[in-house]
Formats: sequence, structure tokens, C-alpha cells
Amino acid sequence: MLATGRPFFSWSWVQQNWGQIVADLDQHIELTLIAVGIGLVISVPLAVVAWRYRRWRSPVTTATSVLYVIPSLALFVILGPVTGYFTITTAEIALVSYTLLILVRNTLAGLESVPDDAREAARAMGYTPGRSLVRVELPLALPYLFAGIRVATVTVIGLVSVSALIGLGGLGQLFVTGLQGSDDGPFYTPILVGLVLSVVLAAIADLLLVLAERLVVPWSRAGSPGPTRGGRVRTGAAA
Amino acid sequence: MHFLNAVFHWFTTASNWEGANGIPELLWQTAKLSIAVVASATIIGGGLGALAGHTGRGSIAAVNAANAARAIPTLALLTLLAIVPSISIRYGGFLAAYLALVVLAIPPILTNTYVGMREVDADVREAASAMGMTGWQVFKRAELPLALPFIGAGIRTSAIEVVATSTLAAYVSYSDLGTYVLSGLASQDNVEAFSGSILVALLAGLVAVVLGRVQRALTPAPLRAGGGAGTSARVRAAV
Repeated sequence: MLATGRPFFSWSWVQQNWGQIVADLDQHIELTLIAVGIGLVISVPLAVVAWRYRRWRSPVTTATSVLYVIPSLALFVILGPVTGYFTITTAEIALVSYTLLILVRNTLAGLESVPDDAREAARAMGYTPGRSLVRVELPLALPYLFAGIRVATVTVIGLVSVSALIGLGGLGQLFVTGLQGSDDGPFYTPILVGLVLSVVLAAIADLLLVLAERLVVPWSRAGSPGPTRGGRVRTGAAA
Repeated sequence: MHFLNAVFHWFTTASNWEGANGIPELLWQTAKLSIAVVASATIIGGGLGALAGHTGRGSIAAVNAANAARAIPTLALLTLLAIVPSISIRYGGFLAAYLALVVLAIPPILTNTYVGMREVDADVREAASAMGMTGWQVFKRAELPLALPFIGAGIRTSAIEVVATSTLAAYVSYSDLGTYVLSGLASQDNVEAFSGSILVALLAGLVAVVLGRVQRALTPAPLRAGGGAGTSARVRAAV
């Protein structure tokens, strides 16, 4: 099976290409952070609008579902004529559009989980609706929001690789390198490096988010089962 | 407009509808791969999820393994399998694509089956046992029907992701709709890439809609409306 001259795993290749690997990892993290960040900035207000004004609910959830269903590779290409092929904008729009459904759905579920008592108590204390939203409803929705951020982050980390096919892609570049370099026999090293780094990155990101949740939402124990916490385990990584 | 005219022209060109690289043949290749993958994942993921849910044993291991599997980028598995000599050449790239996509497809089905089984009221389970049902009968006549909406949601998520991700299979020499996208990108034939992307997006959308209907049909009528509002929200959230 491994009859060719190349070893299954070559440390010397890793050493020689260390600079490039770090640069790919760097880009991977950057693309992920931008995508989840912009996703949050768009999703939270959208969810608040859908929650406050019921008639916006269905359009918002439908639109985000449609964006979710479009394959990211297809979206890269569909956006091409408008935002340019092989640009970072194109990659980010596709990645962001994928986070919206997860983040909007979880924020909505969080807002809906706020007990009426809490809302009424806030009103009785003289809170305006806006103040109540910022001081009561959104904080109480945080556990759900965090569950959404975790899923979105892990999903995006998996998806970023696909943008390697349009010339970006962070760690995805390593998969391309491995495939293209396999003419002289299987070239597993770059793919394994990218695979391991990608999984480790997802695990670290998830862990950091759990810790962040404990800091920000000390009253909720991250990881405790809850009705929509099922959303937390929802980490599909479609292309 | 010129671009959209070109796309329209591409879709109306007879030669794009004929032969080994025609739309019907490549559509069939995508469908064949996706059906094989989702069917296998349903058997494996559904079986493991049901076993863990029914016995309550090994559940943490099963769910954690499923979550870890989600962090693996499909592109990594695809490229890796595509260069393993004994796999890459089998069935025109089908085997490599099939194996990589099965890993992608199992987690949502496994997790949802497990969650669905666990959501079954303990009272129901006890009542079934008290009626003299054996473990198998409890599973078949109480747990499975009640968990079906969840399982359906998991299969739907998996199927959408598989169809979307099947585009990547073209990158490792399996010919399907992704072939248009990737060969279009490679040869800078933006019209072909765009048209292929539209086809894949439409197919993913169609799968989402059709399986959404099936999932509704699987949901017992009492759970669908009224008291079902919470249930269906939970079903969706657990996807």
C-alpha cells in the first residue's frame, strides 16, 4: 500500500514548511473570527427584530434557512460576478451567511426562554422596553447565544477549508498541497498536518467559548442539558 | 446582464444535456452518491444512536465521538482518501467520496436519534414495560415512533449537508454536479461554474423542502400543532 518512497509522515517536511503552516493557521483563525464576528453583528439585531415584531419572524427564519442550504462552494461561485472570484469578501460572505441560521435561531430561542416573570418584574421596576432588552432579556438569552456561537465557530472552522478551492482557505491550502503533490506517490504529510490542526483549533475554540461563557454567564453551568441546548451539538460542516 | 444571458444560454445549450458530462448524468451521479451516503449513515448513525438511547449505555462516548467527527473538515478526508492508492482508484473516485461523506453524515443522525430516544417520557417507557412489552417491543412500539420526528430532522440535516458537500467530490475525480463548478473555476469558465452552482443549490433546496415535508408527515398529528409548538421547536433545535 505504501510502497512508494514517501514516508507516511515526514517531520522534515513540517520543519521545512513551518512558516507556511503557521501562516495558513493564522489565516484560518482570521477568516473564522471575521465570519463569526460579522455573523453575530447581523444575527443578534435580526433575532431581536424577529422576536419583537412577530410578522418579521417568518421572513427572517426563511431567509436564513435558504442561505444555510446553499452550498458554500456554490455560493462562492454565485457571488463571484458581484464581489469578484477569489476574493476575501466572497469567502467571508459565504461563511457569514452560513452562521446566520445558527445564530439567529439560538438567539431567538434564548429570547423566548426568558420567563414572563422576569420581563414583568423589569417592567414593574420602571424599565423601558429598550432597557429591559439590554438589561434583562439579552443577558438571560446569553446561554443560548453562547450555544449558537460554539456551533457556528466549530462549523466555520470546518468550512474555511473549502475556500482553499478559491485560493484562500487557511489550513485548506494544506489539503490542496497534499493532493497536488501526490503525483510521486501519496503525500499524506500536509493533509494530516492540516487535519490535526483543524480539529485541534476547533477543540480549543470550543473550550475557550465554554470558559468565556462561564465568565460572562456565571449563573449558567456551560454544558448543562437544556431544551435548546441540543442546538449546541449541532455542528454540521457542509461545504 | 451579459453574464446572465450567457448562463441562460448555457442552460439552453443541447450539448449540456447530453452524454457523460451532461446535466442528467451528473445530476444522477450526485443523487447516487448522496443516497448511498445518507442510507449508510442512517443505518450506522441511527443504529448507534438508538442503541445508546435505548440502553443509556455508552451514550457519552457515542455523542462525544459524533461531535468530534464533526470537527473533521470533509475536504481533509476527501483529499486524504483520494491519495490512498487502494482507495483512490476504486469506482472512479466513488469510494473515496462515499467514505468521506459518510463520516460527515453520521453525526447529525446519531445525535438526533439519541436525543429523540432520550426525550421519550420515562412514564411512557415504564408504562410500556408494565404492559409486559419486552425491551425490543418497547423500542419498536414506543421509543422509535416517538423519536421519529427527531430522527427525521437528523436525516434531513445530513442529506442537505451531503448534497452540498458532494460538490467537493469532483475535486478528487468523482464526476458529479461539482464537476461543473470546479472545472469551471479551474478553466475560468465562470458561466459553467455559476450554472453548476445554481444546479447544486437548487438540488440542496429541493432536498430540504421534500425532506421537511416527510419529517412533518412523520410527526404524529397531536405533536404537530398546538401542544406541538414546543415539540417542533425542540425537534428543530436538536437538529
